[in-house]
Amino acid sequence: MSMLQVFIYRYNPETDSAPYMQEYQVDTQGRDLMVLNVLEMLKAEDTTLAYRRSCREGVCGSDGMNMNGKNGLACITSLSEVVKDGKLTLRPLPGLPVVRDLVVDMALFYKQYERIQPYLQNDEPAPAIERLQSPKERDKLDGLYECILCACCSTACPSFWWNPDKFVGPAGLLQAYRFLADSRDTATRERLSDLEDPFSVFRCRGIMNCVAVCPKGLNPTRAIGKIREMLLADAT
Amino acid sequence: MVTNITNLGRSGLSDWLIQRVSALVLALYTLFIVLYLLFNPGLDYATWSGLFAQTWMRIFTLLALISIAAHAWVGLWTVTTDYLKSTGVRVVAQIVIILAIFVFLVWGIQVLWGA
Amino acid sequence: MSNMRSLTFDAIIIGGGGSGLRAALELAKSGKKTAVLSKVFPTRSHTVSAQGGITCAIASADPNDDWRWHMYDTVKGGDYITDQDAAEYMCSEGPKAVFELEHMGLPFSRFDNGRIYQRPFGGQSKDFGKGGQAARTCAAADRTGHALLHTLYQNNLKNNTTFLNEWFAVDLVKNANGDVVGCIAMCIETGEVVHVKSKATVLATGGAGRIYASTTNALINTGDGIGMALRAGFPMQDMEMWQFHPTGIYGAGVLVTEGCRGEGGYLVNKDGERFMERYAPNAKDLAGRDVVARSMVMEILEGRGCGENGDHVFLKLDHLGEEVLGKRLPGISELSKIFAHVDPTEAPIPVVPTCHYMMGGVPTNVHGQAIMQDTKGKDKVINGLFACGEAACVSVHGANRLGGNSLLDLVVFGRAAGMFIENALNEGVDYLDASESDVDSAMQRITRWNESSGGESVADLKAELQGIMQTSFGVFRQEDNMQEGVKQLADLRERIANAHLADKSGAFNTARVEALELDNLMEVAEATAIAALERKESRGAHSRYDYPDRDDVNWLKHSMYFPAQKKVGKRDVNFKPKTVDTFEPKVRTY
Repeated sequence: MSMLQVFIYRYNPETDSAPYMQEYQVDTQGRDLMVLNVLEMLKAEDTTLAYRRSCREGVCGSDGMNMNGKNGLACITSLSEVVKDGKLTLRPLPGLPVVRDLVVDMALFYKQYERIQPYLQNDEPAPAIERLQSPKERDKLDGLYECILCACCSTACPSFWWNPDKFVGPAGLLQAYRFLADSRDTATRERLSDLEDPFSVFRCRGIMNCVAVCPKGLNPTRAIGKIREMLLADAT
Repeated sequence: MVTNITNLGRSGLSDWLIQRVSALVLALYTLFIVLYLLFNPGLDYATWSGLFAQTWMRIFTLLALISIAAHAWVGLWTVTTDYLKSTGVRVVAQIVIILAIFVFLVWGIQVLWGA
Repeated sequence: MSNMRSLTFDAIIIGGGGSGLRAALELAKSGKKTAVLSKVFPTRSHTVSAQGGITCAIASADPNDDWRWHMYDTVKGGDYITDQDAAEYMCSEGPKAVFELEHMGLPFSRFDNGRIYQRPFGGQSKDFGKGGQAARTCAAADRTGHALLHTLYQNNLKNNTTFLNEWFAVDLVKNANGDVVGCIAMCIETGEVVHVKSKATVLATGGAGRIYASTTNALINTGDGIGMALRAGFPMQDMEMWQFHPTGIYGAGVLVTEGCRGEGGYLVNKDGERFMERYAPNAKDLAGRDVVARSMVMEILEGRGCGENGDHVFLKLDHLGEEVLGKRLPGISELSKIFAHVDPTEAPIPVVPTCHYMMGGVPTNVHGQAIMQDTKGKDKVINGLFACGEAACVSVHGANRLGGNSLLDLVVFGRAAGMFIENALNEGVDYLDASESDVDSAMQRITRWNESSGGESVADLKAELQGIMQTSFGVFRQEDNMQEGVKQLADLRERIANAHLADKSGAFNTARVEALELDNLMEVAEATAIAALERKESRGAHSRYDYPDRDDVNWLKHSMYFPAQKKVGKRDVNFKPKTVDTFEPKVRTY
């Protein structure tokens, strides 16, 4: 028997007046499970426990949560990485309204994503085949397009906590730069002018929590720096 | 684009640039004063006021004053928008801050060019 | 149920994966009142996990490439029960659909000349199998599905598609004439159940790999569309055809793309032998997936498996070098480290054939219209019901899908369904409204769960179902084993009908969702089992010890599973492409 002590943030809006932490014991049989596996084991016993999950391999971005104080994806975070002193504390992603247990309302996060017009814009007529792009131009999209919208970064960002309605946040800005950096996109000027206010980009304080937590190893802070450079080059 | 009317440059980019340029001026001014003090160990009132009697020093100091005023406004404006979520409280705080900065700026000019 | 809210759309698309989003995009552009109803936020759909690419003759790697060669490969890959008119449509329309994706912004990898990068995949040939290995799979590194799904979602945002995200479709609503006129759906966040009325209902609900204990599929792949259609009494086609992907990571089930072998990786047994040279001397590791999966199982059964228990083989990639792995297969390197604790630049990845794809599904024509059979066995369109993507069986994949053809299937037939529905709506369709009793009968199932007061747990029953399917309907099948499986499933169905939903709360009640999914898994599992038992031959992914040969005399046919009678019939395969000569069935070797 190797028992793991798990503390989970519980809140059901229909029955609970306030959230509380519930303690569970899980027998891991010494296996180095993923946090999601532990949740599945608990769910089989306590069906009222709510969390999101889908691909269970770290590409869909459903199960972002706060594990022992750090945001990450439950499905690719192993117990050996995260458990301290036999204890695991699971909370919903910070800074967003809780719907139930580990499920947060992502509406604000998605709104900021939509705000940056996350789609290619090209006002020239499309050719009969694909638009050409050199491997070097395509390389610029690496580290940007891989974002899975799990919200681990934005919900770890104090600037996003304070101004989730005005600061685009690291996830949205990474995507903003993904389109600014795309040689096929012709809306650069419009994209930049939409970002030059004091909140959208400039509320980034370079805290770099986003970089520390990104489960895909992406670097939103660098992308934000690049947007700033482009704004500066465009305006001076 | 998020609209706003109370920030200094009316654009995040100009605020950002102001913050960096003013920081540079302040760093240079600080460096100058520290070095001046180091190289003048037995500093007396006459030497000190002699330094400030020179026009270039007055202009340099004025530049530093303006920089600190701008830097403080951009910085504190940001802090108020982060932490003061009630519009009334935030506007009052911003007025108090801008008045204080204005007073310090006028006072500084008076010290430099006054009798 | 008179106090139930209703929503009305011209078209409702159930499922927010690749095919659903592609269909929605077409309809949103046309200005029709369309909604995508998805039980997860669309970018969480399983399309996101597709890795290797989208196979299509865009003539980039080879300027002389020809869609007819792709069509030949597809028909042969499907072991000749691929409908040739459908394969023709997919392969010839494919380039248009792929270029559209590129114009929408999909970040494809590139060749030096700026064109889309294409890699070799299994079962690909030039010149109708006579010109050697082709490289026809368009890729965005090894994250093509992710890039594709996000691009489609982004373009739906651009075109203001209405999304009902985190809504679960419970059952189809039929009117008195048997036309499909909408569905019952539940908002997961609040638990509210509504009646969605629509003139076109598209099942784009993806696969159901979760009927097996070991699968590469996401946890959400529970065959919800198949379940709904079966409960509505509609037949399913070729449900016995399940693809087992050769390279699921041993233990975890997570997929590593066929692109690994396309880039030059290969499988070895415990002696370090590249055993595929024995089974498929020409194509070797790039033979059809069914062939490779069977060969792997043979190696394991004959004692040449790797590891302590000799129950897997190795995928060797280290000879490709860090640069190829980093540039072309970065996602694989990541998954391998996380789930196999292996750095592929240094050591081989332990892999085992793992349930991956459902070739069967709702029978449709190339316009996505769902099909049933009349009393004389003739095809009959089901008014109001459409299907596309993995949930549909057009059938372009026949008895075995080729790698990279699923993403093409999604966009080509999602687009086709969207275009067809747009036209139909323009011409005007009008079906009888559903009566209160029609709606009530679609509500039966959710009501049953909500009123359940005791019985077995959903998790236990699901595990049991997955165990039965894994044991009796795996890579190799045989009569007695399957008979036993069918019996166990019949018993399980009774128990599921009396299972218990303990949590009756409304807000984000995932227990209720899982209960509703269990019903769907049950439907899919039973259709699979009964169809598998009935097809007395070995063809494509369906391999039987007791009938080891292909039987073209009796089984050059689609199977049709009829849920009301739990009987299996047959449906003719289409051998009449419009612009090319028929590919006559031949012995299938690689």
